[in-house]
Amino acid sequence: MAMAIRVFLLLILFMSSSIPGFSLFEDQVGLMDWHQQYIGKVKHAVFHTQKAGRKRVVVSTEENVVASLDLRRGEIFWRHVLGSNDVIDEIDIALGKYVIALSSEGSILRAWNLPDGQMIWESFLPGSKPSKSLLSVPASVKVEKDNVILVYGGGCLHAISSIDGEILWKKELTTEGMDAQLLFRPHGSDVIHAVGLHGLTQFGAYLLNAKNGELLKHDSTAFPGGFSGEISFVTSDTFVALDATRSTLVTISIRGGKISFQQTHVSDLVQDFSGMAVILPTKLTGIFAVRMNRLIVFIKVTDDGRLEVVDKKDHVAAVSDALPVSEGQQVFGLIQNEGGKIHLTAKICNDMRANLLEESIEMDHHQRGLVHKVFINNYIRTDRSHGFRALIVMEDHSLLLLQQGEIVWNREDGLASIIDVSTSELPVEKDGVSVAKVEHNLFEWLKGHLLKLKGTLMLANPDDLAAIQRIRLKSSEKSKMTRDHNGFRKLLIVLTRAGKLFALHTGDGRVVWSLLLHSLRKSAACEDPTPLNVYQWQVPHHHALDENPSVLVLGKCGYSPDALGVLSIVDTYAGKELNYLGPLHSIAQVIPLPFTDSTEQRLHLLIDVNKRAHLYPRTPEAKDIFLRELANVYWYSVEADNDILRGHAVKSNCILEVADDYCFDTRDLWSIVFPSDSEKIIATVTRKLNEVVHTQAKVITEQDVMYKYISKNLLFVATVAPKATGAIGSVTPEESWLVVYLIDTVTGRILHRVTHHGSQGPVHAVFSENWVVYHYFNSRSHRYEMSVIEIYDQSRADNKDVWKLVLGKHNLTSPVSSYSRPEVITKSQSYFFTHSVKTIAVTSTAKGITSKHLLIGTIGDQVLALDKRFLDPRRTVNPSQAEKEEGMIPLTDSLPIIPQTCILQVFDDKNKFNSPQSYLPLSIGHAWGVLNQEGMSFVLDLA
Amino acid sequence: MSFFFFPLFAKNHAVSIRNYGVCGCLISGFGVKGFGLAGKISDAKVILNGGQRVTFLGPGGYFSFHNVPAGTHLIEVVAIGYFFSPVRVDVSARNPGKVQAALTENRRALNELVLEPLREEQYYEIREPFSIMSLVKSPMGLMVGFMLIVMFLMPKLVENMDPEEMRRAREEMTGQGVPSLASLLPGAQRN
Repeated sequence: MAMAIRVFLLLILFMSSSIPGFSLFEDQVGLMDWHQQYIGKVKHAVFHTQKAGRKRVVVSTEENVVASLDLRRGEIFWRHVLGSNDVIDEIDIALGKYVIALSSEGSILRAWNLPDGQMIWESFLPGSKPSKSLLSVPASVKVEKDNVILVYGGGCLHAISSIDGEILWKKELTTEGMDAQLLFRPHGSDVIHAVGLHGLTQFGAYLLNAKNGELLKHDSTAFPGGFSGEISFVTSDTFVALDATRSTLVTISIRGGKISFQQTHVSDLVQDFSGMAVILPTKLTGIFAVRMNRLIVFIKVTDDGRLEVVDKKDHVAAVSDALPVSEGQQVFGLIQNEGGKIHLTAKICNDMRANLLEESIEMDHHQRGLVHKVFINNYIRTDRSHGFRALIVMEDHSLLLLQQGEIVWNREDGLASIIDVSTSELPVEKDGVSVAKVEHNLFEWLKGHLLKLKGTLMLANPDDLAAIQRIRLKSSEKSKMTRDHNGFRKLLIVLTRAGKLFALHTGDGRVVWSLLLHSLRKSAACEDPTPLNVYQWQVPHHHALDENPSVLVLGKCGYSPDALGVLSIVDTYAGKELNYLGPLHSIAQVIPLPFTDSTEQRLHLLIDVNKRAHLYPRTPEAKDIFLRELANVYWYSVEADNDILRGHAVKSNCILEVADDYCFDTRDLWSIVFPSDSEKIIATVTRKLNEVVHTQAKVITEQDVMYKYISKNLLFVATVAPKATGAIGSVTPEESWLVVYLIDTVTGRILHRVTHHGSQGPVHAVFSENWVVYHYFNSRSHRYEMSVIEIYDQSRADNKDVWKLVLGKHNLTSPVSSYSRPEVITKSQSYFFTHSVKTIAVTSTAKGITSKHLLIGTIGDQVLALDKRFLDPRRTVNPSQAEKEEGMIPLTDSLPIIPQTCILQVFDDKNKFNSPQSYLPLSIGHAWGVLNQEGMSFVLDLA
Repeated sequence: MSFFFFPLFAKNHAVSIRNYGVCGCLISGFGVKGFGLAGKISDAKVILNGGQRVTFLGPGGYFSFHNVPAGTHLIEVVAIGYFFSPVRVDVSARNPGKVQAALTENRRALNELVLEPLREEQYYEIREPFSIMSLVKSPMGLMVGFMLIVMFLMPKLVENMDPEEMRRAREEMTGQGVPSLASLLPGAQRN
């Protein structure tokens, strides 16, 4: 009896424990995970505030996002990320309910429903040749008459019904080589005007019937001086352009079907002006704005075609388009930067003397930089006067709404374009932190407790509940600003394209500090600063624990490979730029060396395009360390264009005119030249430098041992047939092949080579410990595949013999050197994989003990966590009993997609998973807060 | 989850001599169940050749790609909450406008480019609904169960004993008086 009970009990225990504790329950969302959505730097903004109800602003961004934002809070109502080559040209709102977006150089027009973001229609507008793209949407909301959208793109003018996207008519304008620049339709008329240039010398104007596209009239006249390119609208029969030298303004007027030109020297209008003038692309009426050096001059065109300066403004950062306020009155906004303030002015186009609005807002320009764009919108105040709100785009790509002299909300949309990420430890918790420090003051503390009391008594309204939740999260363990026992909490140091550095807390994703880097701001010395990478510069531990950790940020001035580099060192606790250098030499490659100096500063070697190595930090101590280790410093470079791999080492100090102790000449050690007619390098991957491998041996079944071949100097190279470098389906399986190499970067020795016939790129790969996993396309089966190669050291295989170990005849203590010819064996296996992949990474932990998981970022912007055991080359269809005990999974032809292990999130395709924080839930993204526990354990392990 | 079947829409606009349009339709219970946990139809995307082109779903789940050159292509559907198989699409160069499609996951040929999800995806672990068994299975429940057995089942066992034997046992106990430690030890019976 007792036996029976015991069995029953055991059975129950088994049953209750067999429920897998795998992932997250729906109601746990938001407790352990966080997500943030960003859109990128705004290019266009259209307000939708006419109707009662939700006020919105529709924006398009440089990250190809169309989004509808809440005008009150700046939250995203909906958001669509277009394809990477589907660049948005213009957006507008039609019929008061559709968002119209023109993209792909005027060839795709889409309409989205404004309230919910559902696509209503999509039109493909075939063009004949590349041209400017223009979009003109009738302003009136009346359906019966003005429902025609005009699009100029690909050299053709299209009229499209705004209701269903049907192309009503199409007219080619490029028959005589004219590229239209302006497209407009005077109010209430049935005639469409299109003006543009034939080449750069002839001005042309077309009149077309809006009903059927019939060409009513076509005039063109040559201008002998030649134009600089753009034409600016003044009135429906007057236009302004600059001549080829950019020093003369040309007023073009069409009177009675005759085109006449009138030239005015810029220096006649503005005294002592020299240089280039630029007409600002603003759509004002009656006047236009010209930028001359630092000055912006507003010029009015009188009825007889003369030009008259109406206003000059200094420090102007941005000018908005004209906004029709009332009948015949148009207003535009102007932003001026002065010191720590920005001034917003709203002016009437016809009357420049009066200002409708004048506001100054405190803005730290070290934090956000200059204003890049401004969009204005009006509203009627209670006293029936006009009020204005302005949406401004800053240098750091953030978006701010200004109203009544205050910043209503701001969005850090620079986080949509993350270039690189690093991590930093949080400060160690100091003993004896007083309560007073934690609770800001007594009042706050009391208020918090009152709220909590309300919550328990069920008197709290939803707002209070949200506040309670916030307090709870704030005080919870995960968002503390100190280091925890296991080192799970960290700061993510994020470098964005705008040159701004953010520190995000891994616990809740909040921005701890942000800094617009001095070295990456536009200056006379550095015209187009582009950020490159972030490296850990100083990671204090042991004897240098009192120092703050710092990161090294690299950038370069311009886009060419030989552009000069800039670098900054930033304190990650204080968020201050400690030092910046630049412009220096060019930066072709950065090698963090495995040496640190006495203050724990890591030595970095920067290789320039002339193959000179520059050592940083520039201290005698660092140089001594480097010279001592000189013989052990090797690196490789990839010349993807010529399909050459090269190995390098340091030779001696540079011989320059100015002696530089920290500059070294290099020498080539080896090179591998791939046959260009049959192989093209498309991917190279190495192991992460900071990866820790816990054990060198792998115990397999039957108490057998295999020794992993672990080398820091292994390089994975994938080459494809030159024809197969294009997109999927561009090549037949017979003509495509993928060759994969494992190469030792010290000696240039090819350790392994394998060919996949009928396969092509893109190849995404990850290298860890002694294995590499890569993803490619098999055009024979027309599916994606993933392969794994594991590499084992055969020379140590003899060490399994216990007697040899006892007698000391083993070679375990012999040094592992790249120069000794390795006896390696490889094992590999391939599997089908369903999805396209944007990136692959692997989890890494401090001691390398935890089993590895692959993190796969799919094309659907999800992140899948896949156990490495699924990619074990020893998998067989029928594993033996011993293998089963080892935890081997029976072989299947494809890898499983387990939605519960899906750490769903969206990220920018440029983001790579970076070592210890393999998980990156910010950036352009809407991350579903579905971090399952497994995902959580990664985050715990690594982040 | 219910499926609405739309007529096949593999109509092809011949745009130029060599490039064709590929139009298709997505079928799912989006409208029916889509609004809760799973994504909305407006968030679904259709991707050609691993990101070469991206398009969105119109009302009714229609999508189209224009200017697709003849050859073999791969179409992937991204819809949160659903698992779609990638589709291999062959645009014929010889017969203008002829499009063949097949699911790559199970190699099923489609005679119309009408895609449906293979399965719904559940990202969250589902909470066990309340049940009596879960209560019983808990350690608390087991303890209560054991107690009940002792309280109700044991007396029953005693009842079923032979009355004769019972009397003897009782006599033995009274004869011994207060049971001592020694009498409980094995071997005490012998004396």
